[in-house]
Amino acid sequence: MANPDAVAVAASPEAIAARLAASRYLADDSLATAIFLAIRLGKPLLLEGAPGVGKTEAAKAVAELLGRELVRLQCYEGIDAGHALYEWNYQRQLLAIRHAGEHEIDIYDDRFLTARPLLQVLRAPEQRLLLVDEIDRSDHEFEALLLEFLSDFQISIPERGTIRAATQPIVILTSNRTRELAEALRRRCVYHWIGYPDAQREAEIIMLRAGHVAEATAKAVANAVQEIRARPLAKPPGIAEAVEWANAATILEKGGSPWPQAFRRAIGVLIKDEEDLSAIAPELGRIVEEALG
Amino acid sequence: MRRPENLPRAAALFLGFARLLRDHAFAIAPEQITSFMQAVTLLGPRSMNDIREAALATLAPSPDRRDEFEAHFRAHFYGDAKPSIEGEKDDETRVKDDRGTREEEKQTIRQEKSGELSSALEQLSSRDFQREPDGLGQFRRKLASALPARRSFRTMRTRSRGTLDLRRSLSEIVSADGDIPSPLLRRRQAVSRKLLLLIDISGSMKLHTADYLKLAHAAVQGADRAEVFTFGTRLTRITSALRIRDREQALARAGALVDDWDGGTRMGPTLLAFLSVPRFSAFARGACVVILSDGLERGSHAELEIAMRRLSARAFRLSLASPLAGDPRFRPETAALRAILPALDDLVDGSSAKSLTDFILSLARPAPAAASIWKRIS
Repeated sequence: MANPDAVAVAASPEAIAARLAASRYLADDSLATAIFLAIRLGKPLLLEGAPGVGKTEAAKAVAELLGRELVRLQCYEGIDAGHALYEWNYQRQLLAIRHAGEHEIDIYDDRFLTARPLLQVLRAPEQRLLLVDEIDRSDHEFEALLLEFLSDFQISIPERGTIRAATQPIVILTSNRTRELAEALRRRCVYHWIGYPDAQREAEIIMLRAGHVAEATAKAVANAVQEIRARPLAKPPGIAEAVEWANAATILEKGGSPWPQAFRRAIGVLIKDEEDLSAIAPELGRIVEEALG
Repeated sequence: MRRPENLPRAAALFLGFARLLRDHAFAIAPEQITSFMQAVTLLGPRSMNDIREAALATLAPSPDRRDEFEAHFRAHFYGDAKPSIEGEKDDETRVKDDRGTREEEKQTIRQEKSGELSSALEQLSSRDFQREPDGLGQFRRKLASALPARRSFRTMRTRSRGTLDLRRSLSEIVSADGDIPSPLLRRRQAVSRKLLLLIDISGSMKLHTADYLKLAHAAVQGADRAEVFTFGTRLTRITSALRIRDREQALARAGALVDDWDGGTRMGPTLLAFLSVPRFSAFARGACVVILSDGLERGSHAELEIAMRRLSARAFRLSLASPLAGDPRFRPETAALRAILPALDDLVDGSSAKSLTDFILSLARPAPAAASIWKRIS
């Protein structure tokens, strides 16, 4: 079952939303509910969404809210058990054998075991939170391996036997949805789709995240970004880019560029694709003017 | 509605909702229903919205079908009229994934099929009877080893050319009492690249469509990872239909999936639609992309040019096989072809199954870029 201290923190979705806001992450009701349910039902939380909507940030905020250390497992094509579960430190084992000489030595002792993220979390489920980032990048075999871990929360090491978690760890998975995940994995998780926020919420996020940005600037950036996202771009700007844009424009403005121009000159931090830039360039002036007005 | 005897009245409502979704081809597991009810209890529920959030989080409808899900939710819990799932707007290119369609939708399509369409289908199957041995069997067997390979992160044991396999070496050392035997090696495995076939099924390609589909079937059967899409005015994924071993059955299933046989071409917009679906465009990454089309684009070719450039940026090798290129007098001189030529790795003859299979089997061999070949000829 879910562990008691986490349950105490997760009294209701509203309590979670409030504490997330305290750790500078603005969650909407739906996300707060999903986090609440994941903690209380003791299931992994699967977050899907376009790149740059704050999936990884959400995991960091949840770790902070529970006062736990975040253990991140970044997935990539070809990731295998040696990177995710554990690995023996062979060099040390060899040295130990040499060193021991005639004495008996257990070369499968704890000190020769290098714990990778899944094992790290299993060993201290109450102090750590596991983030499996961008699981859609890994291949199907790894997904199957993870499935086993997520259903029983145990790892078998042939030389040592099975290691089980004392209490159920909290796990967050993120996916950019570049491919469909296995049904079996989706089924085991509490699911939430993070979309782009509306202009008002985005302005709030920008205010919270950016350093010294005036409220009017944040609102203008949020409006302009909404407008830009509505276009068929190869890479629509995420929230992180919007925050960067607000920051960059503010710096340029302090350096002496007047407002609309500061936005235009800082566009490189918002749109990072040559084709998108040339597509948006003719309209950018109008979009910024309207957003400011 | 069936209702188990010992279930509380209130719970039946939630069970009923899960069953309703299942009837509409949402994949919902029993444990998800249990979680759904637990979640509702945990949340209070203080409002209708709590129930909705619980359903979204635990029953996990895919984001593409979110609207449909909401409609069913309203119908079930608010007692709205039966949801009518509206068709997509006409100006957008419609993308159809063979997994996402609902069963009943498929049936209506089958019923609404116009005479012309079904006769095209019949042609497909009747042609099948006429020509049987066409060299595709050999193509299927050779394909998996003929596709270009990349190095995987997985390793395999090997006797030569590799790095030390420390894990196995150590256990050898231990079992040999500290003696160091000959070192054991491992090497990164080679896996074949993905193959992506995009088949033009517009009217101008009518003569070749049947051959292309047979070839696609052989490719799906033979290659480790292959995907097949058809495009005309719409984009349709037919891979899972082609996974059926029996060719006739597979082609009939694929035929029923596609709605735009022998229509017009909107090559640029459909390819852009392909690229805008993340999991489709992710498949193109690092893959061998072969487009089977005559490259005749109606109207402006600006979109086609963008799509081709994006595809070639993702793909390992981008090839266009055009049936027109079988003619020795053929030159890539139409405006559209000239515009996309720099993005292409190959522009080859696609007029017969033989030339196409030979080309696909030679994909692993390096060749000069299409633009330089055709410059030399003309």
